Amino acid sequence: MFRARLTGSWCLPGLSLALGLLAAGCEGPWNNPHPAGAEAEDVLYASFGERPKYLDPARSYSSTAYAFIAQIYEPPLTYHFLKRPFELQPLTAARVPQARPLDAAGRPLPPERPAGEAAYTEYEIELRPGIRYQPHPALARGADGGFRYHALGAADLAGIDALADFPHTGSRELVARDYVYQIKRLADPRRHCPIAGIMAEYIVGFKEFRERIKQRGDAPVELRAMALEGVQALSRYRYRIRLRGSYPQFPYWLAMPFFAPLPWEADAFYEQPGMAERNLTLQWYPLGTGPYMLTENNPNLRMVLERNPNFRGETYPEEGEPGDRAAGWLDDAGRAVPFLDRAVYSLEKESIPRWSKFLQGYYDLSGIGSDNFDQAVEYGGGGELGLTEEMAAQGITLRTAVDLTVYYMGFNMLDPVIGGDSERSRLLRRAISIAVDYEEYIAIFANDRGVPAHGPLPPQIFGARAGERAGANERVYRWRGGRAERRGVAEARALLARAGYERGIDQRTGKPLVLYFDAVGAGPDAKAELNWLRKQFAKLGVQLVVRATDYNRFRDKMQKGTAQIFEWGWHADYPDPENFLFLLYGPNGQVRHYGPNSANYANPEYDALFARMKNIPNGPARQRVIDRMLELLRRDAPWAWGYHPVRYTLAHGWVRNRKPNTLSYNTLKYLRIDAAARARAVAAWNRPTVWPLWAAAGLLALLVAPAVAGFLRRERARAR
Amino acid sequence: MIAYLVRRVLYAVPILIGVNLLTFALFFVVNTPDEVARLHLGDKYTTPEQVQAWKAERGYDRPLLYAAGAAGLERFTGTIFYAKSVRLFAFDFGNSDSGRNIGRDIRQRMWPSLAIAVPSLLLGLLLNTTLALLLAFFRGSYLDTGGVVLCVGLMSISSLFYIIGGQYLVGKLLQLVPVSGYDTGADALKFLVLPVLIGVVAGIGSGTRWYRTLFLEEISRDYVRTARAKGLSEQRVLLRHVLRNALIPILTGVVVLLPLLFLGSLITESFFGIPGLGSYTLDAIQRQDFAIVRAMVFLGTVLYIIGLLLTDLSYTLADPRVRLN
Repeated sequence: MFRARLTGSWCLPGLSLALGLLAAGCEGPWNNPHPAGAEAEDVLYASFGERPKYLDPARSYSSTAYAFIAQIYEPPLTYHFLKRPFELQPLTAARVPQARPLDAAGRPLPPERPAGEAAYTEYEIELRPGIRYQPHPALARGADGGFRYHALGAADLAGIDALADFPHTGSRELVARDYVYQIKRLADPRRHCPIAGIMAEYIVGFKEFRERIKQRGDAPVELRAMALEGVQALSRYRYRIRLRGSYPQFPYWLAMPFFAPLPWEADAFYEQPGMAERNLTLQWYPLGTGPYMLTENNPNLRMVLERNPNFRGETYPEEGEPGDRAAGWLDDAGRAVPFLDRAVYSLEKESIPRWSKFLQGYYDLSGIGSDNFDQAVEYGGGGELGLTEEMAAQGITLRTAVDLTVYYMGFNMLDPVIGGDSERSRLLRRAISIAVDYEEYIAIFANDRGVPAHGPLPPQIFGARAGERAGANERVYRWRGGRAERRGVAEARALLARAGYERGIDQRTGKPLVLYFDAVGAGPDAKAELNWLRKQFAKLGVQLVVRATDYNRFRDKMQKGTAQIFEWGWHADYPDPENFLFLLYGPNGQVRHYGPNSANYANPEYDALFARMKNIPNGPARQRVIDRMLELLRRDAPWAWGYHPVRYTLAHGWVRNRKPNTLSYNTLKYLRIDAAARARAVAAWNRPTVWPLWAAAGLLALLVAPAVAGFLRRERARAR
Repeated sequence: MIAYLVRRVLYAVPILIGVNLLTFALFFVVNTPDEVARLHLGDKYTTPEQVQAWKAERGYDRPLLYAAGAAGLERFTGTIFYAKSVRLFAFDFGNSDSGRNIGRDIRQRMWPSLAIAVPSLLLGLLLNTTLALLLAFFRGSYLDTGGVVLCVGLMSISSLFYIIGGQYLVGKLLQLVPVSGYDTGADALKFLVLPVLIGVVAGIGSGTRWYRTLFLEEISRDYVRTARAKGLSEQRVLLRHVLRNALIPILTGVVVLLPLLFLGSLITESFFGIPGLGSYTLDAIQRQDFAIVRAMVFLGTVLYIIGLLLTDLSYTLADPRVRLN
């Protein structure tokens, strides 16, 4: 007995036996994290790194949440899956609504008067009939026609821990009132809608509606009974939104989940006493009309989307942009979507296990972390980007797309040294813009995953003129041989000398010029970046002092305007130049107006042009205005124009219809999986290797045997 | 003994208040309520009015520790500290800043933590004790020296290395178990093998070396010599006498850990994607969810106090000479 325990050699064979028993219980590969045989089904397996904070469409405003709710909630409009530039198309609406400009009396504006002069603008949205909600207990009705679960008592909720514990579900048709109800929810201050501030500026009666709710205090509010002046249901399938003034970008908002419908029954159901204590809330369990419904929501482990049996039916696009057919993006044209029965997203916080499981075939999609970049991607002799041999051999495909994002270094225009409208400060900012070599930054810190910015507009946004000489920032670059080349440091030094800081010395005081950079974080990665940045300023002889802080403090400094130089970024809400150029619009200044203009740039000419530009449709006239605006920005240099990140995503060869899309999130319905190919690959790539266990057990036995012998010898030995 | 227990429970009250005050102070030194609100509301388009409304809804619009403008007791009860702390003592953790019921989340998430921690503890205890007894048996031999060197080596390796190395070797290279993940019921078994194995292996160095020291200390005592003189075999001496008498310090180390097993391991749960209380706490810190951080620190303190109490009680069971008074 004791001998057996002492040898310890049972450990590894025991482990091997245990693994064998475990494996016997599950067919296929032993290391399969999914149920046996699941890889042969029409299921997408993917991971997420951060749990979505909110799933209520009135509250949710992050890519982590949109990855889920965009498959569930359907706003009236969406973007075409294949066409670029991005094009709005109806989703639940019958057509894309047209703006109807009105005068102050509410009469249609004569066509000869520009839309920008409108006192009001109306959008009338007509819905397609026959769209139904997913099965949900909130919509379940009893034999008497009343709602089954709208008057739940404590006894009814006993034993209820999840939505699936309600035995009955129901559904009903989507109607215009549901969209109106959701817009009222956006206005309800208790919902903390992040875009309520901007909508209050435009939607007629929105602000007043908020005030009325606020005045009710803690008293219950029945949103359906309260009128919101600018939003009205005209019929079962039509509703109208009236805006103050003109806001041609408004239809883009109608493609975001904020404007998706919500049945009032959902709030009536979830807001009953006892539901929140059980974590049964709309934040956790959405209710929509989309192709998928969330059937398992455990964001600490797994989130599962399943095909909505009531989905109205939609087909794969039959047209795209030139080259799409050759690229295979139209192979499924006209087929009914969604293709997948389920999508299972598992929580993976760490990149190492996530990457391992992708390579084993257990995840269909993956990003590329900096740790794995060299393993996944390499540059050919001609500088072309491609997958490594290892990845290509596994049939993995790489897709890249420039994000609708800009990361920039901002100068606080309210700062007495770096800011202001004087020629001196302008030259100083321009000198810095040249000296900070973003091409080098992208190569070192972003694995070449970025495109240097020539202004605030990403390349695929109208007005950017990417790749053209007219689109190049000639204050920072020279146009040579058909491409932009960053100007030399000598030119930056000359600008600095003209600014009165020759070799970094303030000619007026004789003191060295010291500038301050407010950085977020001070970890090892950040330290390398900050050292690099110091060197960029040192090229000019300027000393850069880094003031590292956490993000909250940084936000506070930005709000108070006490930061001098900083880095920040912006991701587009919609694909219109207005959504980037407004970041430098004077009335959006962060310090004075609490807006997104973090540099607090204010130029009356730019502001006037912005007001004009936002009302002009894309075309030569708008391009001319944008060109002038960009020229003003490049001259004044309130930002050093950073870069636009490039998104790299990998997928296994069995994943189809994965055209890069940096704006829409509701693309799961178009994805198709060749499940048979996946099952074959997973089986071939994951054959357990058991012999090292036996070898280790043998080695251990060899090591332990002398100890056992010694033990026995001692036990039998006579006392000396 | 009852008087002793009552006294210890009463001592716990000021400790809990102190820990709660410290957590509160540390959290709000780093983050003001405005900053927490902005973090929850997001970056874009957030207005001061929305920040104010968010704070008011969660009671973060009150003074932190002292309401100077109030009268009487209201000066203390009208503060964030009071409002957020007093319910903790009734184990009512309330809702997280994102609106979820914390008590329910804790009840749900303690099971995955226990599923890893309990087998790791028991297997580790068994293995470490066995190996330590073996080294004690061969004390002074090459086997003992080699074992101690190996233990020091194992102790010197970071737990992160064990996790990453284990995932690479067992999950990726040998493909014996999933690299990470978790499931409920019997399906959880295949996900538990690797973290438990790593937990046990990572603890061998320190556990075996410590237990060996305890055994050697006992082996040199007079009663052991007497037992040998009586003609008992070395096996009986070690198991019946040495092991039994070395139990007190072993119990001290183990029993104090028992309640804390509920709290899980921050790193293991994060790397293996296990939805336990360790990752719950880590997430809350990253999301600056004060309600969860405060609840978990409070719970941790209570469990630690319970652990110490249990240790004291276990002394009386292991050694009849010990009396609690």
